[in-house]
Amino acid sequence: MLFTSYEFLAFILILFILYYLIPAKAQWKLLLLASYLFYFLASPIYVVYIFTTTVTIYFASCRIGKIGEEQSAYLKAHKSDLSKDERKEYKAGMKKRQWHLLLAGLLFNLGILAVVKYTNFAISNINGILRLFGNPGQLDFWDIALPMGISFYTFQSLGYLIDVYRGVVPVEKNPFKLALFISFFPQLVQGPISRFGDLSQSLFAEHRFQAETVARGLQRILWGFFKKLVIADRILVGVNTIIRGSDQYTGAYVFLGMMFYALELYADFTGGIDITIGVAETMGITIKENFQRPYFSKSIKEYWRRWHITMGTWFTDYIFYPISVCKPMLKFSRFSRSKFGEVVGKRLPVYLSSFAVWFATGIWHGASWNFIVWGLGNWVVIMVSQEMEPLYERFHARWNVRDRFFYRLFQVIRTILLMSCLRMFDCYRDVPLTFKMFGTMFTHWNWNIFWNGALLKLGLSALDYGILAAGLLLLIVVSLIQRSGSVRGRIAAKPYPVRFIIWFGLFLVVLLMGAYGIGYDESQFIYNQF
Amino acid sequence: MEELLEILSSLHPEVDFETCDTLIDDKILDSFDIVSIISEIEDQFDVVISAEKIVPQNFNSAEALYALIQELEDED
Repeated sequence: MLFTSYEFLAFILILFILYYLIPAKAQWKLLLLASYLFYFLASPIYVVYIFTTTVTIYFASCRIGKIGEEQSAYLKAHKSDLSKDERKEYKAGMKKRQWHLLLAGLLFNLGILAVVKYTNFAISNINGILRLFGNPGQLDFWDIALPMGISFYTFQSLGYLIDVYRGVVPVEKNPFKLALFISFFPQLVQGPISRFGDLSQSLFAEHRFQAETVARGLQRILWGFFKKLVIADRILVGVNTIIRGSDQYTGAYVFLGMMFYALELYADFTGGIDITIGVAETMGITIKENFQRPYFSKSIKEYWRRWHITMGTWFTDYIFYPISVCKPMLKFSRFSRSKFGEVVGKRLPVYLSSFAVWFATGIWHGASWNFIVWGLGNWVVIMVSQEMEPLYERFHARWNVRDRFFYRLFQVIRTILLMSCLRMFDCYRDVPLTFKMFGTMFTHWNWNIFWNGALLKLGLSALDYGILAAGLLLLIVVSLIQRSGSVRGRIAAKPYPVRFIIWFGLFLVVLLMGAYGIGYDESQFIYNQF
Repeated sequence: MEELLEILSSLHPEVDFETCDTLIDDKILDSFDIVSIISEIEDQFDVVISAEKIVPQNFNSAEALYALIQELEDED
């Protein structure tokens, strides 16, 4: 059930009415039922996967919590008769037991993810190696279902389990509440990857109908539909034409495809998240923001702090830090400093941990070499810019341009271009083709396509370009206004006729200019496939 | 405290670490800085700050970080 389908609208409408009709204390139970129904309607087999994850996470977290309680009780009871060393030894033993449970939970659930998502990728690599050595035997691919949103809910569940182990959040002893946290339907398919500490309170709370909150949620949903239907799904036609016709569309077309894709991905993903957050908001539930005007970033590092924020912080908190500051890595840090000197030695552990993070980020996005190379491409760019930091400092000491508008604009454009180049791996069939198409931008000079009418042969009419240009302008203006506070808040402060014109106008725009109608093929959200 | 301020200042000489209490909230320290700081602290104070201790309230100010170091020293 796509967010942009009529079924989804009917689904949330019925849910919304029931949600505010039933006793408030039962609201979270209704949400759990609705979430499982949503998932069941996608495919009954998916329910088996999410249920298995929920059960294993529940038992592992409860056991970890129980060990923590045992420890507190024991230490309290033996406060006076244990020496400092004995207490330390006891705590280390208990921590080890908790660690084993955490490890079991992690391995089991990552194992499921690995099997359903990466088995065929592994088989295709094995087959490639067999072919390379002239072996005619080939392994058969597995016919295995990839449950919708499995990467998202697995990471969300594992984040909870790690947080319980770290003592950051309390154990959720009610299995049904934990099941809702893992399966909450608006964020099931494309995130955000919420933390238990951020979401649980409003998710399980009782909510009375508040017209203002509901209105704000609806406004957010409408804005999401605008991004998805008016912009993303419209430009998708142009993106597909260029990418699928890689023989024909080279040189400047590749550049154009990159720019189209940058806009499509932004409108698609942020639009989907707007709908997610908006749906939750209509029910009084607060989901953490996943974007902070990422295309205004002045560096790739900053971009990754502002794009898909919940995924970035997940990788930082649960992969980057644990690897970077674990004892073996600190030992390696000392070793590398003694062998390679302070400068290089200090950097090596950070760069190694960062490599692991970007490899994981790449493969998390998809089981293909394209995504792995894309992830490692990001790593290379971030490391190079980190290394160039002293050079930038020298430049800024010599030329005082840091706060000049044009320099900031240059930085923003540079970041967009760099990110767009890297995203080509997301678009083309394989890594060699991506490099080849990238190369044609410099070898095939056909930049006249921008004025010889060729743009009108990509499946987009002059009207489409007009709508896209106006849509892009609106996105930029809204983002600029957002820098000084909530846009919806500002609109809410306007007189009623102004508010009506704005929101009803946007509604009409979505209705009249959304990319649907005869021949329209409802398009999946890009991040659904992860 | 002096040693800690030296470590921090070597990374960001432009920041007044004695007064700043929004090092994480204002994104003055990034993840690379934090790892460098932890590595230096391990060297100088002989305490290991594990990943679970890397939360904003421990790294938002030099004072909070110093309190964490003392807490870990006491545990040892």
